[in-house]
Amino acid sequence: MSSKIIIIDYGVGNLQSLKKAFKFFGVDAVVSEDANEILASDAIVLPGVGSFEAGMRGLKIRGLAEAVKAFAAKNKPVLGICLGAQLMLSEGHEFGVFEGLNIIPGKVVKFPELANGEKIPHVGWNKVKSPGGGVWNKDFYFVHSYILDPKNHENVFGLTTYGGREFCSVVKKGNIYGTQFHPEKSGEAGLEVIKNFINLI
Amino acid sequence: MKNIRIIPRLDIKGQNVVKPVHTEALRVVGNPKEFARRYYEEGADELIYLDIVASLYQRNLDFNLLKSVTDAIFIPVTVGGGIRTIHDINNALRSGADKVAINTHAVRCPEFLSEAAKEFGSQCIALYIEAKKQPNGTYEAFTDGGRERSGFNAIEWARRGIELGAGEILITSVDKDGTRRGYDLDLIKQIASFSPIPVIAHGGAGDPESVFKAIADGKADAVSASSIFHYRDFDVASVKNYLREKNINVRV
Repeated sequence: MSSKIIIIDYGVGNLQSLKKAFKFFGVDAVVSEDANEILASDAIVLPGVGSFEAGMRGLKIRGLAEAVKAFAAKNKPVLGICLGAQLMLSEGHEFGVFEGLNIIPGKVVKFPELANGEKIPHVGWNKVKSPGGGVWNKDFYFVHSYILDPKNHENVFGLTTYGGREFCSVVKKGNIYGTQFHPEKSGEAGLEVIKNFINLI
Repeated sequence: MKNIRIIPRLDIKGQNVVKPVHTEALRVVGNPKEFARRYYEEGADELIYLDIVASLYQRNLDFNLLKSVTDAIFIPVTVGGGIRTIHDINNALRSGADKVAINTHAVRCPEFLSEAAKEFGSQCIALYIEAKKQPNGTYEAFTDGGRERSGFNAIEWARRGIELGAGEILITSVDKDGTRRGYDLDLIKQIASFSPIPVIAHGGAGDPESVFKAIADGKADAVSASSIFHYRDFDVASVKNYLREKNINVRV
């Protein structure tokens, strides 16, 4: 395959497992923190684990925030994962209010009070309900304390229930996808999501 | 309702999976790559990978071996054994770990838990406690593979570890480990009753019913086991089937 997928390295998260997931399908995804390389690629993955503020800071000090926005503005395939998905929204409400990439309107907020004494963070496997068909309606692996809250209903592409609360677990806008769960950690179901993404190119 | 996670655990010594009894008396049971792959295929929700002698001998775990084990599986892996520095955690993450389990060094330097949680996020840091029941009925935390006393009450230590920023508690009963006589339900319950973070129970799984009890009576959020899986008494899928029949939510 000659097309190029970039996994954006902005100082957070375990990129190894993502690289490995692409490799499973014979795709050699390149880890990069170079804005030009990102802009010249065919698809990008925005991974990430950590706080919203740290994530935005990591992107900005490398000069990558504008590159990701410009890339997304062309409706080229983007996959945001966990914090990476959250950063795609307009603002994050974790340890204060911070500006996000604003690729999809909405905010990232703390889980509301949960029923049955369910714990936060939400750790483990949970179901996604999506209009996206068989690939998306599976169990995936989640680890998070904050949730995606897109402003427009049309950007809600998956819903998950935890502690009696339904939250948005997948956002979508054209070829831009953001998953609150970790496809690279979600066994075969997750690998299908990765494959689906590769097929967008 | 949340999904209960079933987590096979690999105790590693050298290049092998071993099975300790009461965290000692090791017996070699096989190749870590093969075991990890088998559990992944059987539907394990995560794996725990512990180098059980790294801390004792003050060395690092074998990151190359870890990488070769994690390369073939796509579920979260918690790694422990001799983790003493931020650099060690970075190495573990680069070798395919998603979380690290810290016991000995956390006992020696509790602030390390805060430092690690701040750097990598709480979700990445599990406090690993090996507890032995004392003659007076309390539980004491042990280090270095169950060999050294910490002087810490295991329940209070869990509480403090949570305050310091741990994101999960991995609690092993040294008394039950390797016995296949059931989990120490009292120990699990004492911690799970107050813990706002997930509690993973280990030590004593003998059959699917004992796993059910750790969840229903012990209130564990996740259950770890090794002997019953290593020796093929039961596979992961059959334990999950049993739990599903008992109305415990598990991933198919």
